[in-house]
Amino acid sequence: MVRYEGKTVVNLEVNGELHQLAVRPSDLLLDVLREQLGLTGAKPGCKNGDCGACTILMDGWPVKSCLVLAVEAEGHRLLTVEGLGGNAPVQQAFVEANAFQCGYCTPGFLMVCYGLLMQHPTLPEEYVVEEWLQSNLCRCTSYREIRKAVKQMYQKK
Amino acid sequence: MIPFDFIYCRPDTMEDAYQAFVQLQTEGKNPYYYAGGSEIITMARAGSIRPGAVIDLKQIPQCRVLSLDSEELHLGSVCTLNEVKESKLFPLLALACGRIADHTNQCRITLGGNLCGTIRYRETCLPLLLADASVTLFGRQGLRTVPFTSVFDGRMRLDAGEFLVQVHVPRKALQAPHYHIKQTASEKIDYPMVTVAALWQDHFLRVACSGLCAEPFRSAEMEAVLNAQNLSGADRVRKAVELLPQPAYDDVEGSAEYRKFVFQTILEALLEEVTHGPL
Repeated sequence: MVRYEGKTVVNLEVNGELHQLAVRPSDLLLDVLREQLGLTGAKPGCKNGDCGACTILMDGWPVKSCLVLAVEAEGHRLLTVEGLGGNAPVQQAFVEANAFQCGYCTPGFLMVCYGLLMQHPTLPEEYVVEEWLQSNLCRCTSYREIRKAVKQMYQKK
Repeated sequence: MIPFDFIYCRPDTMEDAYQAFVQLQTEGKNPYYYAGGSEIITMARAGSIRPGAVIDLKQIPQCRVLSLDSEELHLGSVCTLNEVKESKLFPLLALACGRIADHTNQCRITLGGNLCGTIRYRETCLPLLLADASVTLFGRQGLRTVPFTSVFDGRMRLDAGEFLVQVHVPRKALQAPHYHIKQTASEKIDYPMVTVAALWQDHFLRVACSGLCAEPFRSAEMEAVLNAQNLSGADRVRKAVELLPQPAYDDVEGSAEYRKFVFQTILEALLEEVTHGPL
């Protein structure tokens, strides 16, 4: 049985690389990614699981990293927006569709859209896209452009 | 951040989980069983709870089961709502899972967490109440399997240190005609004003409800009225609304009167569906 008390070294696989990190059991994955690994793509927004700005993929599924303990992420494959590389079809689609204004929510939306693409390799029905996108908020209200970007992402892949 | 430390345990067996709970309790650590973590993290950050230890159940094989045999569907307590939904094995439960929080959170929130948590709606209980589900628990007595209703009266009533291992749903209920509607105050993703789930089984309409009262319920008296063939549809609905097992909930999301009005409207729509065929 794993038992962690106080500061403990854990191994996290992030964007294909294994990292040894010293964390407290109550440290949140979002904070560890940002403050220890410098992966600041995942954004702190509500830090309450509502806004989706901190979304990353865990084993190919989206999770809000503000609601995951870093110690829980051991043994799982984590992918942050940095892991997309900068020129992935989903990123190109967001640029071409102007699917952002201030951009704060964009990394979270990119990860949800990338997760959608991973789990649904062909464009799913409209209600499925809507269901996935409803997990994230864009206070600049670029929702229409984000929907357009999802369609373009599927054309590009 | 969570502004305090706690011990994190990840047992591989049910026995280890229970022993860890007992040990940590003896040490005065105020342990919590932990599955998806959404509620515990949120409440710990807000200072509403202060666990000295969490025991993560996600590594225990029996808690991860999702299988169908000739008799029952077996759902491990740490199956996420999304896993239950994507399995498509119990469509009514899938509908309930699909309307709790948002899709990304459904990938973390677990069936056991929704049933055993403190958020009062516990919407996954509705299909289980309707389907005569049973549950397997692990605690001081080891494993025991009991009817869901014997340990759930709106909230889970478990012995100290006991935890939910699996939920079992009789195969008969899985594909029964069903109905699920969730009305929120405004946004689609929100806690329910009123959620009603119904199952048509053995020519009898079963109905359970969340949001309307302080705790979710299924009422035999209400079902008897809703199935009374000697009454008109309007009379059945009117009498059913009068038979709430608790006072209607009254808060900023909706007054008691409004919640009852919403419930009445949903029941009217439900009976209309029944009239036109088995849901």
